[in-house]
Amino acid sequence: MAGKTLYDKLWDSHVVREENDGTCLIYIDRHLMHEVTSPQAFEGMRLAGRRPWRSTSIVANPDHNTPTDHWDEGIKDPISRLQVETLDANIKDFGALVYFPFKHANQGIIHVIGPENGTTLPGMTVVCGDSHTSTHGAFGALAHGIGTSEVEHVLATQTLVAKRSSRMLIKVDGKVGAGVTAKDIALAIIGKIGTAGGTGYAIEFGGEAIRALSIEGRMTLCNMAIEGGARAGLVAPDEKTIEYLKGRQFAPKGADWDKAIAYWRTLTSDADAQFDTVIELDAAAIEPQVTWGTSPEQVLSIGARVPNPANEPDPQKRAGIERALQYMGLVADTPISKIKLDKVFIGSCTNSRIEDLRAAAAVAKGKQKAASVQQVLIVPGSGQVKRQAEAEGLDKVFIAAGFEWREPGCSMCLAMNADRLEPGERCASTSNRNFEGRQGNGGRTHLVSPEMAAAAAIAGHFVDIRNF
Amino acid sequence: MKAFTTLNGLVCPLDRANVDTDAIIPKQFLKSIKRSGFGPYLFDEWRYTDQGEPGMDCTNRPLKKDFVLNQSRYRGAEILLARDNFGCGSSREHAPWAIEDYGFRAIIAPSFADIFFSNCYKNGVLPIVASAAIVDQLFRECAATQGYRLRVDLETQTVRNPAGEWFSFDITPHRKHCMLKGLDEIGLTLQHAGEIKAFEAKHQEAQPWLFA
Repeated sequence: MAGKTLYDKLWDSHVVREENDGTCLIYIDRHLMHEVTSPQAFEGMRLAGRRPWRSTSIVANPDHNTPTDHWDEGIKDPISRLQVETLDANIKDFGALVYFPFKHANQGIIHVIGPENGTTLPGMTVVCGDSHTSTHGAFGALAHGIGTSEVEHVLATQTLVAKRSSRMLIKVDGKVGAGVTAKDIALAIIGKIGTAGGTGYAIEFGGEAIRALSIEGRMTLCNMAIEGGARAGLVAPDEKTIEYLKGRQFAPKGADWDKAIAYWRTLTSDADAQFDTVIELDAAAIEPQVTWGTSPEQVLSIGARVPNPANEPDPQKRAGIERALQYMGLVADTPISKIKLDKVFIGSCTNSRIEDLRAAAAVAKGKQKAASVQQVLIVPGSGQVKRQAEAEGLDKVFIAAGFEWREPGCSMCLAMNADRLEPGERCASTSNRNFEGRQGNGGRTHLVSPEMAAAAAIAGHFVDIRNF
Repeated sequence: MKAFTTLNGLVCPLDRANVDTDAIIPKQFLKSIKRSGFGPYLFDEWRYTDQGEPGMDCTNRPLKKDFVLNQSRYRGAEILLARDNFGCGSSREHAPWAIEDYGFRAIIAPSFADIFFSNCYKNGVLPIVASAAIVDQLFRECAATQGYRLRVDLETQTVRNPAGEWFSFDITPHRKHCMLKGLDEIGLTLQHAGEIKAFEAKHQEAQPWLFA
């Protein structure tokens, strides 16, 4: 009998019951919540007179609507404020293991605070009404986004109705070159498989270059699994994972710790496990990546030129390229390095952790933002990240470079708060989606790593970080 | 949830791939704490020339006349015909809420993004996967025929065109049952509360740290 994949081990250890058609009831260990996708679920619970099955599974905090400056003035937009206050009231009523209200010292992006407090652990099932829940797969947890009806279902039953996904292994062997980050690996993978390449799959990332990534790098990579169409991304836990978790507030302690790490070490795909699809990439061939279009799959290496639709034989794809070029205000065959920026955003659940900020600060140190760049926002992922960065003096580096040092939150990744692009503005962004209007109506987004974003802020246009 | 049995609906063609949930319902509308009232803002940035804000009265907003939803021949459409990877991006259930609130009850496409796909079933919107060749044919027929309608029958899992040609589609028995009856899935799951409790006890014994 063939061995099991990591995904199957995680799945099998959470099946409560299985129907004849393969529909399963899956037990959920950790339920992350934020203010945007939860109010209707709590309302449904209330209308049905239901109470949560296990409120201690809940880790919650507002992040999408919260402002990143002038915290003393509160949330000015009354609709945003009501949504945040609704989460406060719902958690007060229904309970939670952890809740960081707006302005709490540890508040931040839900996908940043979960891991940093040790509430995401290997072997768990983790869900949230947020597609970037895939981030937590970096710990060898089965983690994925759900809709609001499913949020309510998990609240009421601690389970999800789901069918097993297909299994994909993406193997990245070899070593990446200097200046090439987890973000570049993620974008290169999406460029190869497309935004629907992972549909129906859970992706396990493996190979030498993945093992070499830090835990934060693995979070960046798994975060972007959803942009490749896969609900869940996974990296098998290893000694780095164990080292990262040791001593964190909600990580197991004492005898439980020893028992836990013994179990976590079994969470790898068996040598003879079968995957439905295997994709291989050579790490050494990956260059710094920049998206040029309105889908994360529209991505190129920094040395490339914007594509010319005339070279695309498939009429539907050609129309897609033409539409993207028009929206992005780009001319075919323009070198990526000639694209000038109006704004730069460094933050989001993809790239707002301390290593991201250190990398950006190392590029910005002693330099100045280009005069043509109107605004450079640095938005830490959490209060803890912010304090750590300030302890290391990174905030001073950013401020000296003319960047803005902000309070934590989702910010201009999706522009639900006041941080946004105006129509036609062009932004180098460390976030995860370059969809039309994502960072503001009519805004134009180019996805890059923190290093590439910082370098673009200084040069005023994209530059190859390897020669910067 | 509304039950879904049969539908004889006008078809509206949306001829672009990778339609994402930010396009289906832009983020500013996600600030609502209700699950209704999103229909007027469906595809807001493609549909109107001005910038939409939550609570805005849409009756007199300036329209982008070329956009399919604004063409009179597609007014009252209940079936959305779409391309590959429809509903990619965020998990926002506001996307199917907006689609349903607008009046669509079924979406036909060659492929859907996973989270959007499962969100549809929870809201009485039937996502139908058809081959690229069939979808191409439906786009051609829809363009050629004013008032083009399709008949969807969930019981027999078939879609029939005006010429009487038909194709069948897949759906899991569990989803079909819930859609046909308009069932509350939570109520169904709670029928297994005993099994969930038993699993939970065993799980806690094996990994007590998960229950700290």
